[in-house]
Amino acid sequence: MAVDLRTRLAHVELPNPILTASGCAGSGRELAQFLDVAKLGGIVTKSVMVAPRAGRPTPRMAETPSGMLNSIGLQGPGIDAFLQRDLPWLLSRGARAVVSIAGGTVDEFAELAGRLSGASGVTAVEVNISCPNVEDRGQVFACDPEAAAAVIEAVRGRLRYDVPVFAKLSPDVTDIVSVAGACVAAGADGLSMINTLLGMAIDTQTMRPLLAGLTGGLSGPAIRPIAVRCIWQVHEAFPDVPIIGMGGVSTGADALELILAGAAMVSVGTAIFNDPSACIRILRELDDELATRGIDRLADVIGLAHEPGRMPGRRLSGNVI
Amino acid sequence: MTAGHSELGAAPGQKQFRGTVLTVRRVDAYYAMTVIAPGIAARFRPGQFVAVAVGGPESSMLLRRAFSIHDVRPDPGGAVEFVFAVVGPGTRWLAERRTRDVVDLAGPLGRPFPVPRDPVSCLLVGGGYGSAPLFPLAERLRERDCGVDFLLGAASADRVFGALTARRTGRTATITTEDGSMGARGVVTDVLSQVIHEARTDVIYACGPMAMLRHVTAMARRYDIPVQALVEESMACGIGVCMTCVLPVIGEDGVTRMVRSCVDGPVFRGDLVRWDDIGTIPFDALGAPGWKPRPRPRTRAGAGAGRAAAERSPKAGRPGHGR
Repeated sequence: MAVDLRTRLAHVELPNPILTASGCAGSGRELAQFLDVAKLGGIVTKSVMVAPRAGRPTPRMAETPSGMLNSIGLQGPGIDAFLQRDLPWLLSRGARAVVSIAGGTVDEFAELAGRLSGASGVTAVEVNISCPNVEDRGQVFACDPEAAAAVIEAVRGRLRYDVPVFAKLSPDVTDIVSVAGACVAAGADGLSMINTLLGMAIDTQTMRPLLAGLTGGLSGPAIRPIAVRCIWQVHEAFPDVPIIGMGGVSTGADALELILAGAAMVSVGTAIFNDPSACIRILRELDDELATRGIDRLADVIGLAHEPGRMPGRRLSGNVI
Repeated sequence: MTAGHSELGAAPGQKQFRGTVLTVRRVDAYYAMTVIAPGIAARFRPGQFVAVAVGGPESSMLLRRAFSIHDVRPDPGGAVEFVFAVVGPGTRWLAERRTRDVVDLAGPLGRPFPVPRDPVSCLLVGGGYGSAPLFPLAERLRERDCGVDFLLGAASADRVFGALTARRTGRTATITTEDGSMGARGVVTDVLSQVIHEARTDVIYACGPMAMLRHVTAMARRYDIPVQALVEESMACGIGVCMTCVLPVIGEDGVTRMVRSCVDGPVFRGDLVRWDDIGTIPFDALGAPGWKPRPRPRTRAGAGAGRAAAERSPKAGRPGHGR
């Protein structure tokens, strides 16, 4: 049985819901030796900034139970190199490019949106608002509904109307629904969640923090229940807003869990470090998970966990009722 | 159009293999694991590594462990051997594997050692089990009629990896241990000058702890001998996507960048690595805090021109000199 895996990234149709998570697949090039990047729903690129950026010092990584801490500091080549080298490569391979952007000020986000507006082949833009706002004592945009909205409004205003804008939310907030609401009101076509959680690890031998940057973002299966909770809450509040779910997905069943909570697409991140071909494996596993449940359309199960009593897929066969 | 199974078919996956373990054997303080992986053995070049998943499918340890390839064997169909020390639960799990167990490994990864065109005199310097990747290199160098001398050092005799092979196959083999339990008491750099003189060394290949690589490079510079250094930086993915294994390296254009040791290395020209700045972001590295791009020319065709201008450097900034 073939499952119809098509899904919608706002008004853009994708052949399937599996994306890479920003920062875990570079710009797709490195993954291409392990899988065909065109077979995925899309490649969400590593957050690009206006200027080249060296990032944070090493050590940048610490393994934690069922997870990892990273403190990369948005190392990247800057938007010029991205547009010149990375985006054309993705397009040449037939991949759908979801471009993640990051900035320290609202103006930087606007500038990036403007630059992307002039580029062709951008399937969607994911706005990484989990960056410190240098104009507000380093307060993270995503932790303040007003600051988050200001970024989204600026990006939406500069980007071509037909390129959907997704706001990537941080779970490190008291009320993720209010931040989600502010972003939607500011013009976000969809929401991505969750970004990493701020964590820390200390080496008990040296008695010093393990990461040179002291704190880092926690990712991996350890955070999946938090992702499910955030997606659930936001989908409950805004059932019509498409969600890219991410957070600790490493199997097809994990992806299905996020979809049942309300995600229309699922990004795979840390699992790629463990298994470079994870995305294509998870896609295959998701297909199997749906097929064994007799579900023939992915669209039928998005947010299904919110609707007790509705069972998908078996509408036509009278003898099961 | 629906996406059926045929469309979701197996990934090319040419670099990721599930390999059957042939042997795991204790070698003094270390372990050597041999895994059947024809796809890796066939394409391996000395200096490359494998990234091995640990803990099995239900593992709570997500990150791959990277190990230099120590040997490849033609039988059965092609096998690779790597050497490791048990330093935590991941490597302990590996050490507990038995014949016919299966491990998931990606490889061969990274840039190999460049080998000289001419039959020159090569000194291979290894610290601890950092000597493991030097043995396949030695074979390749001998095929090119290069002279191969070994200089191996470690804390104690049981931590010198491959002393016997070095003595058997090297033109000369010098050993140092910090406790004096094998060879000369001390560290490799204590005897490096003497070995360079006696062996009339033209090129040095080195692998071991960062401090050793830094000192070897600094001493070699005095004699104007090029060093190819294989770094052992900790990695999360080994394939170039996680950006955790970076170190400051001077480019051909004189600009320092934070480059990934997994795909831009693990072998670097010693004089281009800013050893003293490892663990920091040098102020003059591309994109360091406070770094400013040069103004982008206002041309319509200029996507990328800003970066090109910023990275274009005066040739005068000779890489590696005066640092």
